[in-house]
Order: sequence, then structure tokens, then C-alpha cells
Amino acid sequence: MRVLAEEGAVEMDLGFLAEVREQCLQPIERCFHCQKCTSGCYLSEYFDYAPNQVIRLVQFGLREQVLKSASIWLCAACQTCAVRCPNGISIPEVMDVLRNMAVAAKGPVAGNARLFHGLFVGDIRRRGRVNEALLLAWYKMRTRQLLADLKEGMILLRKGKLPLVPSRVKDRKEVRRIFRRLEETKRRYIIR
Amino acid sequence: MMRMSYYPGCSLEGTGKEYALSALSVCKAFGFKLTEVEDWNCCGGLSANKVDPTLGLALPARNLARAQNAGLDVLVTCAACYNRLRSAEYALRQGPKQARMIENLVGFSFNKAIKVYSLLEVLSQKVEAREFKVRVKRPLTGLRVVCYYGCLLVRPPSITGFDNPENPTSMDELMTRLGAEVRPWSYKTECCGAMHSVINPGLTEALVARLLRMAQEAGADALVTACPLCHTNLEMRRPRRAGGPPCFYFTELVALAFDLPETLSWLSRHWIEPVSLLRRLSLVG
Repeated sequence: MRVLAEEGAVEMDLGFLAEVREQCLQPIERCFHCQKCTSGCYLSEYFDYAPNQVIRLVQFGLREQVLKSASIWLCAACQTCAVRCPNGISIPEVMDVLRNMAVAAKGPVAGNARLFHGLFVGDIRRRGRVNEALLLAWYKMRTRQLLADLKEGMILLRKGKLPLVPSRVKDRKEVRRIFRRLEETKRRYIIR
Repeated sequence: MMRMSYYPGCSLEGTGKEYALSALSVCKAFGFKLTEVEDWNCCGGLSANKVDPTLGLALPARNLARAQNAGLDVLVTCAACYNRLRSAEYALRQGPKQARMIENLVGFSFNKAIKVYSLLEVLSQKVEAREFKVRVKRPLTGLRVVCYYGCLLVRPPSITGFDNPENPTSMDELMTRLGAEVRPWSYKTECCGAMHSVINPGLTEALVARLLRMAQEAGADALVTACPLCHTNLEMRRPRRAGGPPCFYFTELVALAFDLPETLSWLSRHWIEPVSLLRRLSLVG
């Protein structure tokens, strides 16, 4: 079956809805597009597809369109839509699954959110805790914008808000074991 | 006397340092006995569950395992840490399949004997109003504030549950107990942009500008916060030199009203200088 999308008629991937639904356990098919989510979303003006449109793409099985959309990486998971949905759909949980699928599909992902989250989690894996100063420095280095926020960083430093000696968990093996076991249970787990 | 485990979290060692210091001081003033969760690890923040939802539950669960060993309920100050630890507690209590998976990853068995609380919840609901009354030495008369709860303290209500997700009032009540004038506004739980502060600073600036504009329109001199990330965004992601209303952690205002000695030292760490406002209102010497 084909559906008319922005880029013309495209084939519907009918297994996609079931796949997403199974992973996020959200009743996606119930959405009747009242757009309560979209009208209350603080970030939707920056989205390429509004929250209810993301759901629509999933319902129509437009796998490729939704997995490469910027919206799934812009969602801040503020949960406003989840509180208001009359059909009890938690869109942030749908977004979680879509992000995972986008990463697993190894296609291009929009923006730098994935890099940031990867670095954040990498910090936890190494030390068990996150050091904001190191995380920011790494992120700025990786995105080649070292000069942005330099002034802000200096002010934070002066105010004693960026401890330079990173705090660490003593039993780091135990933290790493969580990551390792998760890798074993899931097929793969991707950082960076 | 209240005995609890205390979970600080990474931000409270960094950008939210004054939140940590003021929170501990206020707890001490009430006579709480707090024991830091032994060898605590990062709750996963806003990132772990975005990389992998199960990891986002297993990381906070390790802290619950440690608090369980101590046999004490967990007190959390940071809104994001609170949300993550509560999410893990919820999954361990409610979802047998998910619970087994998390327990296997962390290597413990949850006995459901301990609970996770936010400091705001404890101060507004477990400490009686008269306990405040006897401690307020310097009522915050003339200070007009709006309370900014942000997202993670009150949403989703199935996880947080201690206040209304659309119109929370616990912080408002707390500020009223201190003698401040709480202004009504409808932006209590609007998003500050969270981690977009790093990834898309421009987007965060737009969200913050709207919040500040609405706070001023509501007639507030200052915003009261309960989250280190909200607080940092509200202060740091506003146009340079634009000034505008300063922000306070709610614990700092409790400490100010109680006349706790260290209060001014925390306020000097703020990005937007708040002391001149307090001086104008004769709330500091």
C-alpha cells in the first residue's frame, strides 16, 4: 500500500507501527490527532514534524521519514504532552524508541544531540559520575566550537562551580558491569 | 527527627553547588539526620534514557540498592536526579518484567522498603507550617516571586505524584510560609530547554527569554527554582548584560528567612547578582 507523503507516493512499511508499539508499549494506534500535544509543545516550532505528525508517520509506517527527522532529537522529554494526551500515549517514550531505532539503523541522525548524550553516558561509564566541565569541553571540542561559551566557562570557574578534579565512584567496576551486562542482554549498545 | 539517605548528584557538585550547600543547611536547621548514599553514581541525567531506556533505569537503581542497604528513604534535591530515581523506583515496584531486568543488571533485589522523596516534597508536605513559623527570623516581606517548577519535578504524575502537574502549588505555599508575596503565573512548569542549553543554545535563549518576560509581566522581582539545570539556564542563557529578574533556589530563600549565617556566601555564586534586590527590600544588612 502506498501513501502520499511530502516527497510523493511512498510505500507504507506496515510492520513498523507494530515494531515501535512493541518496544515502547504505547497505544500509538489510538491517536486521533486532536493535536493537544502539538499545541502545548514548547519546542514544536523548532520541529520538522510536530509531535502528532511524528505519531502519524509511525501510524503510516513511514519508517525512513520519521527516523531521520530532527524532531526525535529535539524533544526535551518535558512530558507535557504525555500528561495531556486524552488517549494515554506517552510521546516521549515513543521518541525514546525512535531514537534507538535511528541509531541502530546507522543512518544519518539530525543535530548534535546524539553526540552529547553519547559523551554524557561515556563519562558515567568511565568514572561513574559526570563532570560538567570536562563534558562541556569534550563536547565543544568534538563539535569544533571551542570558542563558544568560553567566557561563560571562565565565569563558572571563577565562581567555583566547575570542580577541576572530577569526582569518581570508588567501585567503578560495578558501574561498568551494568553496561557490560546490558550489552550482553541487548544485541548491541552504541556509545559514540 | 527525620533520618534519610541523601543523594546529591553530579550537578550539585558543580553548577548547582549553592543549591547543595543551602539544602544541607536548611535540613540541618530542621534537625534532619542525613547520610550520603554510599559511593553514589550518576543517575544517568537526561542522557542515559535517551541512549537506552533500560540503562536510564539501571543507573539510578544502583543508588537505590545502596540506600536499601542503609535502610533509609532517599532524599533528592536535584529535580532531574529525583525524576530518574523515582522512575527506577516505580519500575522496580510496578513492572515485574522490567524489575527483574533492572535487578539482574545491578545485581540486587529490591525489597520495596524504601522510597524516594524530593526535598521540595519533604519540606512542603512532611514538615508542618508551624515548624517554619518558629524558625522564620526575617520574613521575606516585600519580595515578589514567581515559583518555577520546571518539568521533571512534577511530570509525569505517575512517577512524581506529589503535586499537580499543570498547576503545582507546593513551592508557592513554602514561599508564603516565609512571608514572600507569590505572584500567580501560568509558566510554572514550562520547559527551560534542558540539555539544549549545550546542544542548541539559541533555542534555549528563546525559551528563557519568554519565561523571564512572563515573570516580569506577572509582577515578580525574582524567580524561585528547584533544579540546577533550570536555574543555570535561566541565568546563563539570557541575553548578555540584559539583566532582568534574578533567580533563587527555594532553599536559599528558606535559609535567608531563617537567617542562617552562610546565606550570603551562596548568593555570591550566582550569575545574575541577587543581593542588590534583597538590599533594596532591606532583607540583607
